[in-house]
Amino acid sequence: MLFFVAFSTQAQEAKNKNAKYNIEVNGNCEMCKKRIEKAAYSVKGVKSAEWHIDDHTLHLILNEEKSSITDVKKAIAKVGHDTDEVKATQEDYEKLHGCCQYERNPK
Amino acid sequence: MKNIPLFLIMLFSTALFSQVEKEEKLEEVKVEGNKKGIKKSLSMTANTTVVTSRELLKAACCNLAESFETNPSIDVNFSDALTGTKQIKMLGLTSPYIMITEENIPSVRGASQAYGLSFTPGTWVESIQITKGAGSVVNGYESISGQINTELIKPIKDIPFYLNAYGSTDSRFEVNTHFNRKLSDKWATSLYIHGNTRVSKNDMNDDGFLDNPLGRQINVVNRWQYANPESGWVSFINFKYMKDEKQTGEIDFDKNRDRMTTNHWGSEINTDRFDFTSKVGYVFKDMPYQSIGFQNAFSSHNQESYFGLNQYDIKQQSYYSNLIFNSIIDNTMNKFATGLNFTYDRYDELVNTFDVGRIDNSVGVFFEYTYDDNDKFSYILGARFDYHNRLGAFFTPRLHVRYNPWEKAVIRFSAGRGKRAANIFAENQQLFASSRVFSVLDTDGKIYGLNPEIAWNYGLSFTQNFMLLGMNSDVTVDFYRTDFQNQAVVDLMQSPQQVNFYNLRGDSYANSLQIDFNIEFIKHLNLRTAYKYYDISTDYSSGSFQRPLQSKHRFFANMEYATHIVEKGRQWKFDLTYNWLGKQQLPNTASNPEIDRLPTFSPAVYVFNTQITRTFSSTFEMYLGGENIGNYTQDKAILGADNPFGATFDTSIVYAPVFGRMFYAGLRFKIK
Repeated sequence: MLFFVAFSTQAQEAKNKNAKYNIEVNGNCEMCKKRIEKAAYSVKGVKSAEWHIDDHTLHLILNEEKSSITDVKKAIAKVGHDTDEVKATQEDYEKLHGCCQYERNPK
Repeated sequence: MKNIPLFLIMLFSTALFSQVEKEEKLEEVKVEGNKKGIKKSLSMTANTTVVTSRELLKAACCNLAESFETNPSIDVNFSDALTGTKQIKMLGLTSPYIMITEENIPSVRGASQAYGLSFTPGTWVESIQITKGAGSVVNGYESISGQINTELIKPIKDIPFYLNAYGSTDSRFEVNTHFNRKLSDKWATSLYIHGNTRVSKNDMNDDGFLDNPLGRQINVVNRWQYANPESGWVSFINFKYMKDEKQTGEIDFDKNRDRMTTNHWGSEINTDRFDFTSKVGYVFKDMPYQSIGFQNAFSSHNQESYFGLNQYDIKQQSYYSNLIFNSIIDNTMNKFATGLNFTYDRYDELVNTFDVGRIDNSVGVFFEYTYDDNDKFSYILGARFDYHNRLGAFFTPRLHVRYNPWEKAVIRFSAGRGKRAANIFAENQQLFASSRVFSVLDTDGKIYGLNPEIAWNYGLSFTQNFMLLGMNSDVTVDFYRTDFQNQAVVDLMQSPQQVNFYNLRGDSYANSLQIDFNIEFIKHLNLRTAYKYYDISTDYSSGSFQRPLQSKHRFFANMEYATHIVEKGRQWKFDLTYNWLGKQQLPNTASNPEIDRLPTFSPAVYVFNTQITRTFSSTFEMYLGGENIGNYTQDKAILGADNPFGATFDTSIVYAPVFGRMFYAGLRFKIK
């Protein structure tokens, strides 16, 4: 159902003010949660961002008139967390606090 | 995957009516496995303590008034020597200065101020949120020292059947039965029936007066809950009916023969109450952070009573309406709530032969902004503007700030203004059971001749959680100050034959300091301690005194122990509470004949309560407890008891338990 929502928002030409996304973001702990959500909120147009530790999913509500989902993923990768689409640089990853250095998926 | 949006809607729809409750839920997820009776969050903005139903099982806890006995934030006092009603205080101020709500609708106010807390049976309660300080502007302008919100059990989460029976050696018996049905996946309903009675006369102190009133109460609530996660609509509908009858006074008093005569002194207090409340809420599609809620409450409260030769009748018909819109600015770090309130109160009030009835109404708008950086810092800034036919047009600002300076620590600050009409007779009706002459010395004001009460409250709080020799511990220091700009002063210092009411001339303030220390020695063995210091001073016409019947120093300790749960849910639980109250300023009795004179200050008082619970299975448990097991009682509970129609008669000066040791036993049975 969620994929359907995401798909239908893209199919429409008009940009959705309340687009819902659930994206995978890699991380470990409460500290990661704060960092990931903070990075998401730093992107203009992000209305709600909630990252769940258990399934590593970031629940987003985004005003697509202001920015795109890729912008959010870039912002999160910039603070060291891999997303499904955009990966963090090795340098940014290494800047993370010890407990936050999650296991990276080999590419 | 499909359930996630539904879950979100459910989550936010409960947030609609109770933000505190939402936070509590999130909290619950985190602390699972360590179920605590009293929870203090490090991330909540206001200084709120959440009391869960688990905590309420620790005391005799027949009704809401008695449910705070294991909680140091609230002081449970001994009200008077007649009605056995327990009064509560917060920051040293009595319940009229506390906003008391049930599911965020004002419940104990106006006519119900004296006995209202005893009209909610303890078994109905799901949780209680106690907020110290100014409180939120969403519910109104009246709160001064804090807010107490009670959440009742929600029909959708309820179990099909619950039974509780209770009996005690002061011959009080209680039965609570709960029934619940889920009518569909969207509708659920609960029916709760409560009955209590005290059948036999007790006079342990041999003063010729009943220590506890004879009485009976029947209390019924029918609740309906609707939740439709697909559409985003939620609703609650409640119907409540309560009838309470009390008879007290001399043992030999016969209400049919001696009513309003001087044969024997006696009193009856009979109350009928009906409540209807409804809530409708809508959570916007694709915007779980945006919602609209509309609450309506109608109540009719009718008390008919006499105390010796004093007659007091009060009927209050009340309508309350609140429309709230919740949303965000840019993102969920910036939330706001805004809306409208309307209240209407019609009082038909008769003090002896004087008709003091009135009609009050008010309309107001509010706006409350919440900032939360999702990390260390948050604040709630609220303001409301009201127009009231007696209080005038006025502005109510309130602020709460929270900051986590380092790990496991939180600093909170709050400030705010409150304004209210003091119902001087309803709030002080225990004084009718005395030979005091009531006089209102001002005539220019719009509320019984008095002006509205106005106070500012400021508070600072610090909590640190830490490990002490490997044991979970926490310490909290709270300091609050209430400054009255105007107060309806209740003067018992002038003369033992008078009670005078007048507008404050001079200063009146309440300072309170509370230091809590809690430690978990081993799993299931917890100690809670609190020291409280109160400096509550008012300028009376005869000079400046500490508020009568208030201790400067109080000490509280509660120890709880539970065995590990073994097969089939078998468990033992033990609980012991100790309260020590330092000397209390007493009302002036210096001009009485020596036999009816009390000292300026009372002696120190201590009370021990204890309870043992045996859980036989997850559906059946029994409990046995004792209150005041140290058997401490007040020497002279009633002044002039030998001559109740004489000039020195007074039942209102109670600084210690009137009834001695009391034991009780009960059972709880559930069908899940």
